[in-house]
Amino acid sequence: MSAAPLALSGRLWLGLMLVFLYAPILVMAAMSLNASPFYQLPFEASTRWYAKLWTNREILAAAWRSVWIALAVAAIATLIGSMAAIALWRHAVPGRRLLQALLFPPIAVPWLITGTAMLVFFFGIGLDRGSPAVILGHVALALPYVIVVVTARLQGFDPTLEEAARSLGARPLTVTLRITLPFLAPGIVAAALFAFAVSFDQFVVSYFLARPGDTTLPVLIYTAIRKGFTPEINAISTIVILVSMVLMLLVARLARFGGER
Amino acid sequence: MSGVSVSGLVKAWGPVRALDGLTLDFPEGSFFGLLGPSGSGKTTLLRAIAGFVTPDAGTVRIGGQSVDGVPVERREIGMVFQSYALFPHMTVAGNLSFGLEVRRVPARERARRIDEALALVRLEGFGGRRPAELSGGQRQRVAMARAIVTRPRVLLLDEPLSALDRGLRTEMQIELRRIQREVGITAIFVTHDQEEALTLSDRIGILREGRLVREGPPRAVWDDPGDAFTARFLGAANLFTGTPEPGGLRLASGALLAGPPGRTTGCLAVRPEAMALSPVEPGAPNALPGRIAALVFAGATVTALVEAAGQQARVTGAPSAFEGLAEGQPVWLAWPPGRAAWVAPDRPGVATGK
Ligand SMILES: Nc1ncnc2c1ncn2[C@@H]1O[C@H](COP(=O)(O)OP(=O)(O)OP(=O)(O)O)[C@@H](O)[C@H]1O
Ligand SMILES: [Mg+2]
Repeated sequence: MSAAPLALSGRLWLGLMLVFLYAPILVMAAMSLNASPFYQLPFEASTRWYAKLWTNREILAAAWRSVWIALAVAAIATLIGSMAAIALWRHAVPGRRLLQALLFPPIAVPWLITGTAMLVFFFGIGLDRGSPAVILGHVALALPYVIVVVTARLQGFDPTLEEAARSLGARPLTVTLRITLPFLAPGIVAAALFAFAVSFDQFVVSYFLARPGDTTLPVLIYTAIRKGFTPEINAISTIVILVSMVLMLLVARLARFGGER
Repeated sequence: MSGVSVSGLVKAWGPVRALDGLTLDFPEGSFFGLLGPSGSGKTTLLRAIAGFVTPDAGTVRIGGQSVDGVPVERREIGMVFQSYALFPHMTVAGNLSFGLEVRRVPARERARRIDEALALVRLEGFGGRRPAELSGGQRQRVAMARAIVTRPRVLLLDEPLSALDRGLRTEMQIELRRIQREVGITAIFVTHDQEEALTLSDRIGILREGRLVREGPPRAVWDDPGDAFTARFLGAANLFTGTPEPGGLRLASGALLAGPPGRTTGCLAVRPEAMALSPVEPGAPNALPGRIAALVFAGATVTALVEAAGQQARVTGAPSAFEGLAEGQPVWLAWPPGRAAWVAPDRPGVATGK
């Protein structure tokens, strides 16, 4: 598709959209670099809030917890989700359509309700609040995204490649490892990043399932704001935003959401 | 190298019998062309030989031994797909290497055989390219090389040339045949193009509704198609029905058409290129009066549709043979008796799609 040049009005419109998307984030990032704790102008550049972060044990502990929980979620959800996507694609599983359709509604259920439901459910099966519960909850949230991303990649896969490999003497496992997975790799990496982001940015479900005292970063930020706003929050939030945005840029690049197969 | 034979193959998908008791021999080292209308079971047969389709009944033998229950990867076959199915994330050499690696061929031997195969398909020096960096014809060659580099017992090709344009296609037909001869491998080749099958094959087989209707060397099948279906399928023959009598075939109009001597049963098939038109009555047997319904120009040939004996006949020839003739004109249709063939009529109740 060749894109025609955009008229001035169209460009203004696009610019406005970007301002709308990024202005609050930029203001926050700017304030995190302002020396004044009270948002005073003139702006005086400083990294003091970032330096101060490093001495805040509470924030560091929560950040570390957020990272490893997100890593665990990414690993588990990507493994289960990719296998599910491949199985659904390869086999005529009975009720495949229904299964695929059922993947989407959880995305639309408000997290507040999902979180409550999980809390009730985990309580019912005797799983206490804490990191394992948080991981389980996040995996459930991330799975549909993983399956959708990997399935999208599979759509571009030509199944005769697998047949060709078998005709050349490769056993089914070898075919999966050497033909199917390499093709899917960008999709799988994108799915893992997606899962990481879903977990890393998750607030509501974490808030419900984490044990008070050792929470994840978003929950800590929330509690901190309630106690009183500090510029450190701007700093840590800016870091969270940067991490999330870089992840999503990678996802977009790997999964080629910008067109081109 | 081995021959292949299938016997009593049945494969049904619901009510559709893709293979319906098919028995057929593919002699060792021969190039066998499989023809048949769309849906006649050609692909299913090939996939049953490869092992991708498990027949409901019947046996596939490769080199005289049954391969029933043997998985695809242990049948030692080579396959060329219509889409080529080259591995996009590997180089040309990587594609060729794959089959050798899974067989644990040592690296040095692998390199030697890859070079050999690339030389065979005249792609020396292309080993480092990716499939995306090749032309259609080159991909076709890589697909061939990849299929034979493992030294399979049989080569299966499902419409391998149909993705190529005409000129390239002719070139690749010759290449395909050369490569097959050099390797001496048994090849089974599915095509929609009957001319292609007739040119390339040592033997051809014609399938219809999961069954074999005719098999043999191309020339023999062409000259004596055996039944009306095959006659029509190969070259759109004109079929005349009537009452066979010792001298030939008596049409309902009363005219007597002389056929070749021997069996005088069924109907007479006459190829469009065996017929000639003349504005005046020729002094020969087998002359039918008619009227030109249409003249169709196709470059090297012209085809006339002629209304005669209550049906429409096709006459094909060089444009010079049709000079002075016009649509709507009364003409005489004639052909030498030796150019007609007796064929079995269509079974009643069977659709005769082309
Ligand atoms: N996997 C399948 N499931 C259901 N029906 C099938 C399947 N594969 C083939 N068939 C049916 O079996 C019949 C034979 O199909 P096949 O592909 O062998 O025909 P073909 O001779 O190769 O046709 P074409 O010339 O169009 O490629 C067709 O009616 C087809 O619809
Ligand atoms: Mg087919």
